[in-house]
Amino acid sequence: MAAETKKKPVIEIRQMVKSFGSQRVLDGINLQVYPGEIMVIIGGSGCGKSTLLRHLIGSLIPDEGSVKLFGQDITTMSENELNEVRKRLGILFQSGALFNSLTVGENVALLLQEHTNLDEPTIDIMVKIKLELVGLRRHSDKMPAQLSGGMKKRAGLARAIALDPQILFYDEPSAGLDPVTSAQVDQLIIDLTRKLRVTSVVVTHEMDSAFTIADRMCMLDRGRILKIGSRQEFEALRDSEPDKLQSQQDKLVRQFLRGDAHGPITDRKLTRDYEDDLLMVSLKHQT
Amino acid sequence: MKDSDSPMESLRTVSEKPTEPGVLARAVGTLGQFTLSAGRSIFSMLGGMSLLLGKATSYTTKGLLVPGQRIGRNALIAQMVRVGVRAVPIVILIQLAIGMILPLQMFPKLDEFGQSEQIATINAIAGFRELGPLMTAVVLCGFAGASIAAELGTMATAEEIEALQVSGLNPVRFLVVPRLLATIIMTIMLTVIADIVMVASGMFTAVKLGIDPDIYFQLTTEALDLSGFATGLVKAAVFGLLIGLIACFLGLSVKPWQGSAGVGQATTKTVVYCIVAIITADAVFTLVFYSYGLFD
Ligand SMILES: Nc1ncnc2c1ncn2[C@@H]1O[C@H](COP(=O)(O)OP(=O)(O)OP(=O)(O)O)[C@@H](O)[C@H]1O
Ligand SMILES: [Mg+2]
Repeated sequence: MAAETKKKPVIEIRQMVKSFGSQRVLDGINLQVYPGEIMVIIGGSGCGKSTLLRHLIGSLIPDEGSVKLFGQDITTMSENELNEVRKRLGILFQSGALFNSLTVGENVALLLQEHTNLDEPTIDIMVKIKLELVGLRRHSDKMPAQLSGGMKKRAGLARAIALDPQILFYDEPSAGLDPVTSAQVDQLIIDLTRKLRVTSVVVTHEMDSAFTIADRMCMLDRGRILKIGSRQEFEALRDSEPDKLQSQQDKLVRQFLRGDAHGPITDRKLTRDYEDDLLMVSLKHQT
Repeated sequence: MKDSDSPMESLRTVSEKPTEPGVLARAVGTLGQFTLSAGRSIFSMLGGMSLLLGKATSYTTKGLLVPGQRIGRNALIAQMVRVGVRAVPIVILIQLAIGMILPLQMFPKLDEFGQSEQIATINAIAGFRELGPLMTAVVLCGFAGASIAAELGTMATAEEIEALQVSGLNPVRFLVVPRLLATIIMTIMLTVIADIVMVASGMFTAVKLGIDPDIYFQLTTEALDLSGFATGLVKAAVFGLLIGLIACFLGLSVKPWQGSAGVGQATTKTVVYCIVAIITADAVFTLVFYSYGLFD
């Protein structure tokens, strides 16, 4: 989207670094997301996608670098300032993270009760609308424990959009959903973005879904960004001949996009450190 | 054979002769390390709990004073029911037993001095000042403490706490304040029940031992001045606060990746720490009350 690049980014990450203990999980991330676009983040399991999202919602603070939302640096904000920004965000957690002591309806209503001055009847109507959007209107009185995994996810989505946020973060929205529901969630993400001008950041493992919804994509690997580009660029890369690719990075991305069992990603896992590891074990048991 | 060079042999000789200095040194080392880390964790825990208490107090006062910030009344009532109501039968049962045990144990000695009716005095003082609040608090360590820690710990592992935070809902205001208030209120209310049950049970036992119920009742009311009753309830409030605070702190300290093992640990720790804290606080109270002459 050429036009998007001229706008000011709503999300701007600069040189972000984060370590847990000795493990460097994010290593110099630079990323910009523009208003109204859907940015899809892909990458292998454990490469730091959820950790990246946690920095964008201010629940983790980077060791280095800055995270700007709406032009404000959230890493240096006070809790109160951060909470004001958070009211403009909607988050769908990987596990749904519903409040288990509240019904589905109450989960959605809670944010409206706490953050708006709406009266109860209005809130009830809003809750109904949000639940209908995700197809859960009839399950409003159920407790989260009574829902299936996919229903939890959709309930989490209803809660995430309760306050009509300006940025929506989704951590694997379609994981564990049946194909039809998954397609519906994809459509929902697109609709929200197009109709309400919401900006979306979506972490996903499902390549079909990624190519359906993405405006731009970004592949994370070992805490670094391997490639950022438009959906078309990623599609071209996926369908390219491996011999024609110059860089090692493109080859890595290509294997991931295609889901091939053999390629540079799998090759590098069988490196010498595996043999070293085995050697260490036998040494340890000898002494 | 012992001088054999084969690795198997040398291994065996080592294991056959326990090397005392090594073991001792290791034991001392471990003990030292344990003491150090225990000391450090106690300090960081006390610090964390003070912080939590400070925040909870500020949210409570705001909740009472600032109109928009009210404390969720439904949440408070739900917690009170959860914390307190289930514990009522157990508290009654325990106090029935204690109200019987004390007179039976004291009776023979007091009877020797012809003071058997003083059972009433002993029972009243012991009950209202000490055993009512103490037994109630011990029961609530399990009922309130463990269940609060388990609930908050589970919420933490399910990313619920994080979800609250990033929704701009403060977990202290939202979760800690109602639980803390509920434990305090319910410890006080259950203590009143415990006191009454113990006196009644003691009276019943005394009557069976041949003491005149009127005299028993009169001595009980004489022994029960306001200060005895009040100090008991103050104790109860502090015990309740300790239980709620420890349980909330340890429950919220569970990290998402610790999973159900973390929840289990937090629950066990809560019960143990609560009992230790309650007994310690009780000793401090007794010393303070004693030195201020509140026991006359
Ligand atoms: N709080 C934490 N403490 C220590 N290590 C962590 C923590 N959170 C994540 N990690 C580590 O950081 C790495 C990235 O984790 P993250 O959850 O971001 O992966 P992910 O890309 O979301 O994986 P998945 O696709 O499986 O959800 C992992 O190796 C994980 O072990
Ligand atoms: Mg993840």
